[in-house]
Amino acid sequence: MNAGVGARNARQRRGGDVRDTIREFAEQHRSTSIIVAMAVIAAVLPVLAAVPPFSLFQPHNAWVDGFANAGTYVLLAVGLNIVVGLAGLLDLGYAAFFAFGAYAYAYGASPFSHNDLPFLPLLLVGAAVAATFGVILGAPTLRLRGDYLAIVTFGFGEIVPIVFLNAEQYTNGTNGIGGVYQPTIPLLDRLPDSFQFSFTNPWPFYVLMIFILTIVMIFAYRLQDSRLGRAWMAIREDELAAASSGVNTVTTKLLAFALGASTAGLAGVFNAAKLTVVSPDQFLFAVSFTVLAMIVLGGMGNIWGVAVGAFVISTIQQTLLKQLDIVFHQLGIPILKDVNFLSYQFLLYGVALVLMMLLRPEGLFPSGRRRRELHSAEDSAGEALVVDPAAPTGGLV
Amino acid sequence: MAAPSAALTARPTPVRISRNVRMGILAMLWVVAFYALIGPQQVANALTLGAIYALIALGYTMVYGIIELINFAHGDVFMIGAFVAMFLTTNVLGIHGSINDPIRLTVTLVIVFAVTMTATSILGVAIERLAYRPLRHAPRLAPLITAIGVSFILQNVALFLFGPASVNTPQLINPGLHLDLLGASVAYVNIFIFVLAIVLMFALNLFVGRTRLGRAMRSTAQDPQASQLMGVDLNQTIAVTFLIGSALAGAAGVIQGIYLGSAKWDFGFNGGLKAFTAAVLGGIGNTTGAALGGFIIGFLEVAAASKGYGRWSEAIVFSVLIAVLIFRPAGLFGQQIGERA
Repeated sequence: MNAGVGARNARQRRGGDVRDTIREFAEQHRSTSIIVAMAVIAAVLPVLAAVPPFSLFQPHNAWVDGFANAGTYVLLAVGLNIVVGLAGLLDLGYAAFFAFGAYAYAYGASPFSHNDLPFLPLLLVGAAVAATFGVILGAPTLRLRGDYLAIVTFGFGEIVPIVFLNAEQYTNGTNGIGGVYQPTIPLLDRLPDSFQFSFTNPWPFYVLMIFILTIVMIFAYRLQDSRLGRAWMAIREDELAAASSGVNTVTTKLLAFALGASTAGLAGVFNAAKLTVVSPDQFLFAVSFTVLAMIVLGGMGNIWGVAVGAFVISTIQQTLLKQLDIVFHQLGIPILKDVNFLSYQFLLYGVALVLMMLLRPEGLFPSGRRRRELHSAEDSAGEALVVDPAAPTGGLV
Repeated sequence: MAAPSAALTARPTPVRISRNVRMGILAMLWVVAFYALIGPQQVANALTLGAIYALIALGYTMVYGIIELINFAHGDVFMIGAFVAMFLTTNVLGIHGSINDPIRLTVTLVIVFAVTMTATSILGVAIERLAYRPLRHAPRLAPLITAIGVSFILQNVALFLFGPASVNTPQLINPGLHLDLLGASVAYVNIFIFVLAIVLMFALNLFVGRTRLGRAMRSTAQDPQASQLMGVDLNQTIAVTFLIGSALAGAAGVIQGIYLGSAKWDFGFNGGLKAFTAAVLGGIGNTTGAALGGFIIGFLEVAAASKGYGRWSEAIVFSVLIAVLIFRPAGLFGQQIGERA
C-alpha cells in the first residue's frame, strides 16, 4: 500500500509544473477558462465522432444528436451536483424539476395550449417555474434530517408524474403533450436551412446546448468558490458547526435547492423542444436515479467530474448499449442475441453505484475536499475507542 | 434536530403499556371509522393489504431503529420473496392451482413459507454483509446510495430471470371459498393472511421484548457504542435484525403471491415505499407503530380505490408521507426502540 502511495506522489510531482500553470490560469480567469474549455470540447467532439472507431458505430449526425442529448444529462448532473455534491442534500426526486421545465415549455409553445412563445424567454420561464417548485418543496422540508429529506424528495418525485398523468384535462394524460414547437431564435431564422432546428439537423441543438452549458458551468463554477458555495460545503460537512459560524442554514439550503431545480428546469425546456413531446413517463424515478449515478461516478462536488460522468454514461447508454444490441443480434450468438442490453442499463448503474461506494466513494474525478471528507471516517475508525473488527481501516486509499 | 438524550426521554414501564393501549384504541377507532365509510367488504380487503404492508414495514423500522439506514433494497427483498415462492410452488413442487385438501394445503404452505423466509433472510444478511457493513463508518449518504444501488440490482436480476411481464403465481388457498363474517363475505385467504400476520407480529414482539438477542437489539438501537461496551456483539445483532426483517419481507412476498396470484419484477419498489411510509407513519424505530402504520396505509389505499380515486392512491400515500415528515417527524405514535430521531 505504501509503495502505491509513493508511486502516485512521484507521478503527481512529474506532472506538477504543467498542471500548476493550468490551475493558476484557471483560478485567475475562471469564466474565460470555462469558455475556452467548452469551445475546445465543442470543436473536438464532432471531429472525434468522424474518425474510426467511433465513426463505425453510427452516422455522424446520430453522434451529434447523441451529444446534444448527453448535454441534457450533463446539465441535470451539474444542477444535481449543487444540491447533492455541494450542499450535501440528497435529492431523490430531481426528475420532478426536469418535468416542470418541460411542461412549462410545452404550455408556452405547443398546439395543445394554443401558445407560441419564443424559445429563449421560455428557457428562463422554465428555470423560474422549476426553481419556484424547488422553494415550495424545500421551504417546509429542509429542516428535516438528511435521509428524511431524501424520502420527502423521493415522494415528491413520485407524486409529480402521477399528477401530470392523472390531470388529463391540463396535461393530456399518458399521451402527453405532442407537437411541441422546436426552438426559434431571433435573427437565426434568416440564415440558410443548415442553421435551422429540425429533426434531421442536430447541429443547432448541439450548438445551443453548448451555449447553455457554458453559461450554466460558469455560474456553477463561480458559485462553488463564492461565499454561498463555501457555506454549502460547510453545511455539507457539519451543519451544526456551519450554523454556529453564522451561516443561515435555511436560506443557504433553499438557494441550493432552487438553483439545482432551475438547472433541471433549463434541461427540461431544452429536452421538450428537442423531443417535441412531453409525457409523464419521461420523468420517473429512473431519471433521478440515472443522474444520481452519474454524479456519484463522476465525483460528487467536482463540476468537471460530474459533467464527464454524465457525458460518458449517457453516451454509453445511447450509443454503446444500443449498438451492442444490434451487433449481438446480427451475429446471432445464442443467449447474448436475446439480451436487450439497453434494458439492463439500470443493473449496470446499480452495480456501479454499489462498487463505487464501497471502493471509491469520492467518484472517479473527485474534488480534493470531498475525498478527504469521505476517507476521514476510515482514518478515525482505527483510532476510535470501539474498534469494529469488520470495518475497513485504511484499506482503501 | 438534536434529539434529547435517552435518559431524558426514557419513561417508566407503566407509561409504555398505557401507550400501547392508547395505540390500540386509536386503531379500533380507525377501523370503525372506515367500516362506516367504505363498508365491511372493503374493510376486509384493507386489513389484508394492511397486513402485507405491516410485515414489510417491520423490516424497515427495525433496520432504521438500529443502524439508521433507510434500506431501499428491503422492498425488493419482498419482491424476491414473491418470486422464490412462485418458483418453488410451480417449478419445484409442480403446483399450478389451489389445493382443496386441508392437510396437503397445510404442508405445502409450511414448506413454501419456510423455504422462502429462509431464502430471503439469507439474502438480507448477505446484503448487509457485502453492501452495508463496509460502510458503517462512512458518511450517511454513502450507505443510502448503496441501498438504492442494491435495490436496482435486485430488480434487474428479477427482470433478467423472470422477464418484464407479471408472472402467474398459484393461489394456493382457493380464493372462491368465503365465510360470512359481520356482514361481509370474507375469503378464507384474507382471514389466513390477517391471522398469520398478527401471529408473526406477536412472535416478533416476544422476540424483541423477551429474548437475549431482542434485548441486544433494543440496546443497540439506543446506543450502539455503549451496548458494545456492555458486551453486545454489534455485528451479530445487526445481522440478526436484517435476518428477521428479511424473513418477514419474505413472508409478505409469499402472502402477496397467494393473495394476488401474480408477481412482477418492479412491484417491490413501490410496495416497499408504501411500507416505508407505514413505518414513518408509526414512528420509525417503533415496531408496534410500524404494524399499525401498515394497516393505516392499507385502509387509505383501499378507501381511495373504492371511492374511485384508485389512480391517485400512490399520490395520496406519498402526500401522507410528506405531511407526516413535515408536521410529525416522530410519527403518529412516537418512538419505542430508537430514541434518536
